Parts: sequence; C-alpha cells; structure tokens
Amino acid sequence: MLAVFLSCIALVAAVGFISRRWWRSDVGALEAWGLAGRQFGAVITWFLIGGDFYTAYTLIAVPALVFGVGASGFFALVYTILVYPFVFLVMPRLWTVAQSHGYITLADFVSGCYDNRWLALAIALSGIAATVPYIALQLAGMQVAMEALGPIFGTHASGWPLVAAFALLAAYDFSSGLRAPASIAVVKDVMIYTLVIAAAVWIPMRLGGYGHIFAAAAHSLAARPVPGYLILPPTQYLSFATLALGSALAAFLYPHMATSVLSARSARTIQRNAIVLPAYTLLLGLVALLGYMAIAAGLHPANANDVVPLLIVRMFGPHFAGFCLAAIVIGGLVPAAIMAIAAASLFARNVYHASPRQEARVAKWASMLIKLGALAFVLSGRITYIINFQLLGGIWVLQTLPAIVFGLYRRWLDAPALLAGWTIGTGMGTFMAITRGSVYPLHIGGLNLTAYAAMDALVVNLAVAAVCQMFLRPLARIQGGGEQPRQTPSSQVKLVVDDSH
Amino acid sequence: MVRSRARSRWNALLLLPFAGLLWMPLYAREKPDLFGFPFFYWYQFAWVIVSAAITGVVYRLTSRSE
Repeated sequence: MLAVFLSCIALVAAVGFISRRWWRSDVGALEAWGLAGRQFGAVITWFLIGGDFYTAYTLIAVPALVFGVGASGFFALVYTILVYPFVFLVMPRLWTVAQSHGYITLADFVSGCYDNRWLALAIALSGIAATVPYIALQLAGMQVAMEALGPIFGTHASGWPLVAAFALLAAYDFSSGLRAPASIAVVKDVMIYTLVIAAAVWIPMRLGGYGHIFAAAAHSLAARPVPGYLILPPTQYLSFATLALGSALAAFLYPHMATSVLSARSARTIQRNAIVLPAYTLLLGLVALLGYMAIAAGLHPANANDVVPLLIVRMFGPHFAGFCLAAIVIGGLVPAAIMAIAAASLFARNVYHASPRQEARVAKWASMLIKLGALAFVLSGRITYIINFQLLGGIWVLQTLPAIVFGLYRRWLDAPALLAGWTIGTGMGTFMAITRGSVYPLHIGGLNLTAYAAMDALVVNLAVAAVCQMFLRPLARIQGGGEQPRQTPSSQVKLVVDDSH
Repeated sequence: MVRSRARSRWNALLLLPFAGLLWMPLYAREKPDLFGFPFFYWYQFAWVIVSAAITGVVYRLTSRSE
C-alpha cells in the first residue's frame, strides 16, 4: 500500500515540475504566474475548476457530515448543482471585463468598477481571510488520509509527512505558478474519478445493494443520541436550502475559483465548461453516499473525519487503497496550490499594492507565507477550530457578492453603500457564527428561521446598502452634483463571444 | 457577435434548477424510490443531469441569436 502511494506521489511531483515548460507566455510576470497567461482551453479549465471543487477536504468532510447527520449533508450536492447555471450566466461576463482591463483578481475588478480603495481592500481581505483556513483544511484532509497508511505516517506528534507534502507544494508553486496545479489537476481528477466510481460500484456490491445501505443508514441514524435523518425533516428545510443557495452563490467569489475562471482562454470556454462540469457534481453525489456506506458497513471511527480513509482501507485491497489514499493527498495538493496562488495574488496586488515589476515576486513570497500559516494551523492539531474558521470564511466571501454582481450588471449601489453593507453583513455574520454557529437558530414571532448565517448576513448587507444608497443620492446632490456616475465597465465593453473557440 | 446574453429571455430557464431544488417540501420524502434510492436522493441526482441539459440548451439557443 505504501509503495503504491509513494509512487503516485512521485509521479505527480514530476509532472508538477515539468509543467514549467508548458503554456509559456510573454505576458507580465504576475499574469503568467497567477493566471498562466490566460491560456487554458476548455479541457484544462474543466479540470482546473473541477479540481477546485473536488478537493481533499470535500472527499473527507462531506462523507463525514453525511455519516454524522444524514440528509443535511447533501446540501453539498444541491449546491454544486446550482453553482453551474450561475457560473454560466455570470462568469463569462466577468471574464470579458477582466480580460479587457487586465484584471487579475476580483479586488482588481472592484477597484476598477468603483474606484474606491476601501471597498477593494475589503474584497481582498475577505478573500484572503476565507482562503487561508480552506488551505489548512486541505492539509488536514491530506493528513487524515496519510494517517490511514499506518503507523509510519502518522501520529499527531510527527507532522513530517505533511511538512514534506508542503515542501513539495511550495517548490513547484514557486517555479511554475498556476501551471503546476493545472497539469497535476488532470492526474488528480483521473485518480479521484477512479476512486469514486470504484467505490460507488464495488462497495454496494459488498454491502448488499443501495437499498440496503439506505435502510441501514436510516436505522442507525435514528438510533443516535442526537438523531440524524435519512430524509430531511421540515425543521431543517430552511437551513438546508440556505446552506445550498449561500454556498452556490459564494463558490465563485472565492479567490481560487475566480482564478480558475480568469485563467481561461475565452468567455465561451467558461460557458462550455459550465455545461460539462456537472459531471463532477455526479461524482460529489457518489462521494456523499460514501457516508451512508460507512454507516452500513458498521464503521465506528473515533473521529467522523476518518470515515473515508477507513472505508477505503477496509473495503479495498492494499494496492488500490494506496492508490486511493494518494488520490486524496493529491486532491489536497492541487487546490491548496491554487488557493495559495490566488490569495497571494490578491495580497500582492490589492493589499500590498506592489509595482508591476515586483508583483510576481511579492506574490510568490506571500504564497509561501500563506501556506506556512495554514501548515501551522494544521500542526497545532485543532481541527474543529479550523473548520469553524472555514465556515466563517464562507460567510465573509458571500458578503462580497453585492459589490461584484452589481458591478457586473447594474450600478444600483455605489461604493460607500456597498461598504456599509459589507461591514454590517460581515460583522453580523461573524457574530452569529461565533455565538451559535454557522447555521444560526433564529426565531422571530413564533417562526423558526434557522438558516445559514451567511444568507442572513447577505440579506442584511443588501438592506443596509439599499438604505445607505437612498441617503447617498440626496447628499451627493447637496454637494453640488456629486461625482459623475461611473459607467459599468461591462457597458463599455460589448460582450464578445470568441467564435474561434 | 452576440448582444449581451443576460438580456436573452432564454436565460430564465436557468432559474428552473433553483426552483426545483430549493423548495424542500417538493422532494423531501422517501417514495417513490428508484433502484433502492429514496426519492430525496434520486431526485437530486436527476437534477444534476437535467440542470446540465438546461444549461446546454440555453447555450445553444443564445448562440443562435447571432
């Protein structure tokens, strides 16, 4: 098992280093490092975006959640269905605007749209703050997988395999930038598809079929001290729906997702991807089912996060298990690399405001520091703590939605209003998550409005922004005409669809 | 060259998955089941495919308006 695992890792590392030679471009250094010169065609973009979604964390955390609570965990499937219509509609526009103005990050876009440093900074900081725990979770997922390989790899005391993985990540990130994870994304996804399809076919055969798996899961969930549910109960309808919608809306506002979109060759590439990426969603559905399979298989891991590695080791022969565990580890490396690149780009351009000559260098070092920070988080061993930060990150990222979506479409809200909304939304969401958790129990007038805090915060965000906007107009008039209303960049640029692709 | 697709009526079709998947009372039940999957689950899987198909259709329809 170990031998197979290590050879897979070695192969992937090699691919990562060789990728320096691919997609060479003449564009400015940061665009080359951070967006691979915007050269990725449909196929690579598909792997890259898919790679963002289907990460070590996804493979570990979604089944763990399903194992723990049942139906609620499937919000992940619903959200990954809803993401793509949204991407299809909105992202090509973003791509076009970004390309014509040379934007590399979402904060660049906001800065160009609204010409307000504070708003752009808010967007940048939200993105960075949301990304760091996410990277930490990838590393944590990788560690969980490595621990299943046996005593050599890993007790909490010896974090060295993780450090080794980190070093690998840092090395090729430095040299090749986005090209490295893009090339490995292909390998990674092939491995993960293999793992999941094998599991979805082979494990039910051993456990007596899907009908039996669901029945066993229902039985077991109901018998828990805090009961889980096979079918979502009415009390959880709103939380489920808001978790799904909130996550879907937030997904592409994460810096690494935006990076994957902006690195595409054309707007049309993105649209075509939006049609075909749901293949990954089917996969996610199967991944979620692993949680039920684990229940049906009678697994009782000490920690729910160990569910998938345990299932792999129990159900598959040692060679294939080694392959699968390697898939999870690589599944952490790729998104971690992309996330670090994206967050570093944000930092270099929109927080540090590096000069064009310095940008790429600053970003590379920032990427290193961000990864070190994430590594420190994980090695501190407090995984629940990290998850809480990541959920908080989702809340933060969603608050950037108004600025970006309105910037792309209609300029109903100006920067000050958006900033006010963002501040209140972020503050409120953070408060809710810290006090009661990211699914916040809210009871108003006898109504149970338990929902995803991010959505509650977004609603308040928009409301505050709208109210502020109403006051802004008269104020601007009082000041003698105020500023010229800025034209939406998108209205200045016709949406050009490149027919040659 | 395509005029802004956002203005195309066909884009409204993209709202269907949201309607179909966020209104929980619509599908939070066990029956009818399919291949051993409770309704709650196979309904979601079905929407993966339907949603992709809708996106594909909208893509085709909005391309033709060139």
